[in-house]
Amino acid sequence: MWTFFHKLGSPKWFYEISGKWLPWFAVLSAILLVVGSVWALAFAPADYQQGNSFRIIYIHVPAALLAQSCFIMMAISGAIGLIWKMKIADVFVKAAAPIGASFTFLALLTGAVWGKPTWGTWWIWDARLTSMLILLFLYFGVMALQSAIEDASTAAKASAVLALVGMVNIPIIKYSVEWWNTLHQPATFTLTEKPSMPVEMWVPLLVMVIGYYCFFATVILLRTRNEILERERRTNWVKKLLEKGKDKEAAL
Amino acid sequence: MNFENFSDFLAMGGHGLYVWMAYGVALIVFVANVAGPVLKKKDILKKHAQRLKREKMTS
Repeated sequence: MWTFFHKLGSPKWFYEISGKWLPWFAVLSAILLVVGSVWALAFAPADYQQGNSFRIIYIHVPAALLAQSCFIMMAISGAIGLIWKMKIADVFVKAAAPIGASFTFLALLTGAVWGKPTWGTWWIWDARLTSMLILLFLYFGVMALQSAIEDASTAAKASAVLALVGMVNIPIIKYSVEWWNTLHQPATFTLTEKPSMPVEMWVPLLVMVIGYYCFFATVILLRTRNEILERERRTNWVKKLLEKGKDKEAAL
Repeated sequence: MNFENFSDFLAMGGHGLYVWMAYGVALIVFVANVAGPVLKKKDILKKHAQRLKREKMTS
């Protein structure tokens, strides 16, 4: 365990090992997302109340889930960076913010497109929707800090603090549908109870959720690897890498 | 298959516009998420390979 922790501190080691993981995550996420989408669009039964607009759930729920867990990972990583001064943790925070922002945006937008035929409105200032919008602004805040502060370690500290403070919003999003009287329906899934949907509806959703997480892993690896290259450009191992495998590396 | 034919599939029981709009935006978000860092990597490799070359020539 501790040797793993120490190795994580070495950007070179991380760059090499992540290069091996990357194709697996990429292929797995591509397969899961394609299978999940086709299943969701063409084979899952229509909802008896919502009809076919219900198919939006298959991209909406995983996006919202990922948007929140990405923020939690970012905050934990920020804390690790603050406490143990681990470079990889700082890099993770920087890399996660734009991905999280894009999935929060996707969750909000697919929610709006779903809301129109289901609730009759694109947007309403309801607790769930508003707290998700705040999540989007928190991600924008981290991105703004990263681009405004030149010094990487100062930027990392500021982002980590914002991510940790922003964690307050996560339980608010989760319990918003219970604490307030909202238009948004309660959670479709919980870990403790049996799904209220029939199997042929929730299995494709599960496929999509796993696909989204694999996709996140793929993109976060791409971004952290880029950031490592930039930060370590003066080191010998990056120089060597630039000299020899230029064409081979460019493919990834 | 949940639909009788292809035009039924496109119509989505009258909700076609919403369903396809949502999936379209999702596709854009996914593609942009991959394209961004992949293009950035090419840029980084090119930039630093050039810098390395320059440094070797001057030294």
